[in-house]
Parts: sequence; C-alpha cells; structure tokens
Amino acid sequence: MGLPHPNPEFAPDAGGFFGRFGGRFVAETLMPLILELQEAYESAKQDPDFNAELDALRRDYIGRASPLYLAERLTERLGGARIYLKREDLMHTGAHKINNCIGQVLLARRMGKQRIIAETGAGMHGVATATVAARFGMECIIYMGSTDIDRQQPNVQRMKLLGAKVIPVTSGTGTLKDAMNDALRDWVTNVADTFYIIGTVAGPHPYPAMVRDFQSVIGREAREQVVEKEGRLPDSLLACIGGGSNAMGLFHPFLGDEDVRLIGVEAAGEGLDTGKHAASLQGGSPGVLHGNRTFLLQTAEGQITDAHSISAGLDYPGIGPEHAWLHESGRAEYVAVTDDEALDAFKTLCRLEGIIPALESAHAIAHAIKLAPTLPEDHVMVLNLSGRGDKDMATVTEHLADELAAGAPAADAPAQ
Amino acid sequence: MNRIDQRFATLKAQGRTALIPYLTAGDPAPEYTVGFMHALVEAGADIIELGVPFSDPMADGPVIQKACERALKHGTRLTHLFAMVREFREQDTETPVVLMGYLNPIERMGYEAFADQAQAAGVDGVLTVDMPPEEADEFGPVLKARGLQSIFLVAPTTSDARAGTISAHGEGYLYYVSLKGVTGAATLNVDEIDAHLAPLRKLSDLPLCVGFGIRDGATAAAVGKVAEGVIVGSVLVGQIAACVDDPAAIAPRLKDILGEMRQALDA
Repeated sequence: MGLPHPNPEFAPDAGGFFGRFGGRFVAETLMPLILELQEAYESAKQDPDFNAELDALRRDYIGRASPLYLAERLTERLGGARIYLKREDLMHTGAHKINNCIGQVLLARRMGKQRIIAETGAGMHGVATATVAARFGMECIIYMGSTDIDRQQPNVQRMKLLGAKVIPVTSGTGTLKDAMNDALRDWVTNVADTFYIIGTVAGPHPYPAMVRDFQSVIGREAREQVVEKEGRLPDSLLACIGGGSNAMGLFHPFLGDEDVRLIGVEAAGEGLDTGKHAASLQGGSPGVLHGNRTFLLQTAEGQITDAHSISAGLDYPGIGPEHAWLHESGRAEYVAVTDDEALDAFKTLCRLEGIIPALESAHAIAHAIKLAPTLPEDHVMVLNLSGRGDKDMATVTEHLADELAAGAPAADAPAQ
Repeated sequence: MNRIDQRFATLKAQGRTALIPYLTAGDPAPEYTVGFMHALVEAGADIIELGVPFSDPMADGPVIQKACERALKHGTRLTHLFAMVREFREQDTETPVVLMGYLNPIERMGYEAFADQAQAAGVDGVLTVDMPPEEADEFGPVLKARGLQSIFLVAPTTSDARAGTISAHGEGYLYYVSLKGVTGAATLNVDEIDAHLAPLRKLSDLPLCVGFGIRDGATAAAVGKVAEGVIVGSVLVGQIAACVDDPAAIAPRLKDILGEMRQALDA
C-alpha cells in the first residue's frame, strides 16, 4: 500500500518508529526513565552473560522449548491445511507472558531496581510478573482494573499467593487501560527504585521492540521445529491479538519470508458493527495513547473508548505499533472473530484434541476453523496456542451453562 | 509581541512573580468555565492554563482525572474550549491563555485545524503534556506559524543535555515539574527546586515557572522566591470537586485561595 516493505533489521528506527507508528509520546517526567531503560536494554542485548542466563532460565524455569504439535484430529475434521499448534499453554504459568517477564526482570536486576510494577487485564501478565518477582526476591505491585478483578478472581488469588500486592484501579472504566495509566503514574512517582514490566508490544519505545525481542523466542523455535517436521517453512502463521505480543513473537522471525502469510486475529466481541468489540485495527483509527502512536478505539473527538471481548486478555483499546505498521504496509493480514465463534472454537479444541485453550487463543482457532477448509492439504499452518484455558472456566461455564447442565456439550461444531 | 512574553516583561519590570492557575475546562460543567476564568483574573491570575479534558490523563493524579471525567460527562470537547476562550476574550484581551492537554484529541482534530481555531479564539500558548520535543517536529512549526507558543515541561530527572534541547524548542516559559510524580502529589522541597533551577537558568532565557505541589500562600511564596512563576492546579480543581452540588460556591472559593497566594507572593 505504498509504504516501504517492513525490514525486520531496520525496525524500529532510532526514535522507536515503525513507519509512522510507535515513538515516545510521554510526559517529560517519564522521558528520562525510558531513555535510561533503552540504554540498559541495548547494553544487555549485546552482553553474552545476560543472554546465557536468559537462555538457562528459559530452559530450566519456563520449560522451553515449547512443543510444536500437529493437531491431527483438528486437521482431519477441517479437511484442509495441516495445523500445527505452538504450545505456549504448556509453559510455566500457563501462557506466553512469562517469556517477556523473565527477560525484563533480568534487566531490572541489572539496573539495580528492586521494586517491580505491572498492569494486568486478564491477570496472566500479572501472574507471570508476580512469578518472576518472587523468583528474584523483588517487591511486586500489580495494577488491575476493579472490573477485571471481579471477573478474574483465580488469577488475583494466584498473584497474592506469589507475594504480589494487587491494587484495584477504579478510575476511568476500571479495566486494562486504566490499570496502565495507574502503573505509569506509579513509575513517575517512584523513579529511583522501580522497574515497570509492560506486558505487551505497546507503550513508549523501547517497550514495543523489547517485548517483541523477548517473545521472538516463540517464532525462532517454531521456525526450527517446522523445518524439522516438514522440511520447509510454513505457509501461514496464525495468532490472536489484543496488544499483540504473542503474535509479534511468532511473526517476527518470519517477517523477511515473504511467502509466509501472517494472520492476526482480533476480538470482534459481539460484532464489529455493534461497537462492542476490541478490534483496534479493523474498528479503530490512528491516534496516540500510552506513549505510542497506533490504532485505537476512540470517539470522533479523540477520547478513548472501551474495548469489549469475552476474553479479558484481548480487551484493550489499542494495539502494538509494529502491528499497525504491518497492517498498513500489508505485510500481515488482520481479521476478527466474535465471542460466539471463539466459544465454539474453545469447545472444538477441547473435544477434538483434549486441550483446553485460553479464550484468547480460541480466537485464533476460530479463524483456523474458517480458513483451513479453504486451503489445500499440503498447506502448513502454525497457530500460536498462546495460553491454557483454566483461568477461563468461570466465563465459559457461565456462557455454556445450558449445554453443560444437559451433560452433553455440543462440541462437534464442524460437520463430520 | 505574544501576550505571554508581554506579561512576563511587565512582571519583570514590576519585580513580581507570575501566578498561573490551572482549571480543567468543562468542570463541573461547560457553562461555568468562563466565569471561573474571570474570577481567577480578579483574584490576581497572570496567565490561565485551561485543561483540555482527556479520557486517559496519564501524567495527572486522581484530582485532575476526576475533573476530566466530570467535564467529559458533559461532552466537553475542543470546539467548546475555543468557544470559551472567545467568550473570555470579549471582556479580557490581556490575560494570556494556555491550553494544556494530551496529544490525541488534537491529532484527531488535525494539527492545522486545531491551530487555526486556537489562534482565532485568542489562545496564546499550547502545552501538550505527552509530546516531548523529540515528537514536536511536525506540530511545533504549525503552532509557531500562527503565533502560538509551545510550552514544554522540565522534570527533576531531566538531564542538562535534555534541558538544553527542551529550552531550544520552548517558548513563553518553561514549566518545571517540582515533584517527581503526577500532579497533585504531596510534599515540596524549595531548596531542592532551587538547586534544580540553577543549571536551567544557565541553559535558558525563558522564565521558569514551577508547578505541581503548590497548595497555599506559604508554599506559593516559598517557591516564588526561586522562580519567575508559580503554577497552581490540583488545589483549585479540588475545590470544584468539593462543590459539585453547589456550583455557585465555587468561584468565591477559587478567588479566596488564589487571592491568598497573590498576597503572599506580592508581600
């Protein structure tokens, strides 16, 4: 679409821009902090000792590499593309979020910071942050919207068990964006001893690039594993998108492989035309929030509006700036699936593969269910199963109450 | 000459310190804002900072966040702010008005459309909280072309090198954030502020105004000894919050608080 083709070697630029997206749109109170962070990250990246420790923790603490699993019954049922699942759900704490947290906590220690803060929506990033803070003996404060605290109680209990203090955020609408506002406020108030672990590929530079780099272990592994199993690169990659960290982690090592289709799946909530969705790319417009220029859900006057999704982890009114760039340049495709489609996909994966996926990941599966049957049998698809679904039992049970009461969940959505 | 420069020149000649109150436009409802502006001028305001309400005011504390929420509940938007400034200018052509807010509502309107309307309404300066000089290359010249001054923040954590860059971009005055943290936070250390302002004076000819943490006559006078101006926000906005059910009581209270600060500064 007229933009230069993304080159992973050159993005972002020195100012943190991916094309016109990204940047450092923060108050001067924060600017010195993110410049210090950027310098520390650039130096850590080059340090063999830092990387060796990160690799060892990935292997022995997180449990990497995560398997690449051929979903045979799902593939057979859909009758098209061969579908591989990248099993981030099997990693420590049950989702990909830990990949980023382990990297950032090592950086925090290197910078001499003893107090860790983070925002969380569904609670998965909060749990992963509380986990690494416990592992490294650091104080941990998690900001969480009061609305999210109500709907994600098991994760709140987990964070507390791990020694974190969970602070309810009641300002604004009491959801993820408000939690991020309060975490930013904490950071500028406690400059000297505090490290802010942002959980997704958004925020001011260097966060989008740094979180992507820590998550890119997903794509690097998948690349090796698929070549081992199939003898070639995959034809398509599929991942769900809220802020976009699991998708960016899978996509990034393949950005230069132009024959590999990259497909990001946003949350269409109750439908893109209802206004109750979380699809920033397909239902939003460019703007500036939380330190970066990207696509946002907003009013005509530039006020940020609420996102809606059955999955709390996708419930964010923005998206990482690199996705905004990949979207505009056309290198990646972005689609959306509704709450109902995600729930059907959730059931399908439970019944066909014996895997209970996170509702976030179920969005990617839902699109695979639509797409795979249209593709030839030699098409190789890698889908990021970003997390496991234990945390979603309450939500799913509520939505499927009638079916579960009848004792026979109508799992076999696609016809035999 | 821009009204802001004019005002600082006059104050300097008189040996006085600028008193700069902040209010969120549209709080508690849009119809009150112009009246409050006049009341502040009567009580001794030299410059008025008018806040543009935003749904996600990340650099502000709970007091101003709540003010934004009250203003947004009444649908306050940029076009209303321009109308308020136009109405204010019918009676007051001398007091400078600075719009202070976040970038997104301005981007959404478009830089040029925003600047055209701000100029036409009688605005003198713009402080975009989440736009450091690094990101101001496009917007800065648009404002400058219309005689609107770009006001920038300097923080205690800002390095000398950055302070140099900021003052090179800045016009009107430098807004020194006196506390690490968000607006409305607690304590204030005047010696520490003085120590921070000293190197800034070497880097910049702009008047230095100190904001965040000024609560009463005593704190205003203390800061006034080391700065060319004091900026007061949360304590005024807090009065509005306390009187949302009795809006008629707000203007007298604002005048009392600002009047005490004026007296203390001029004593």
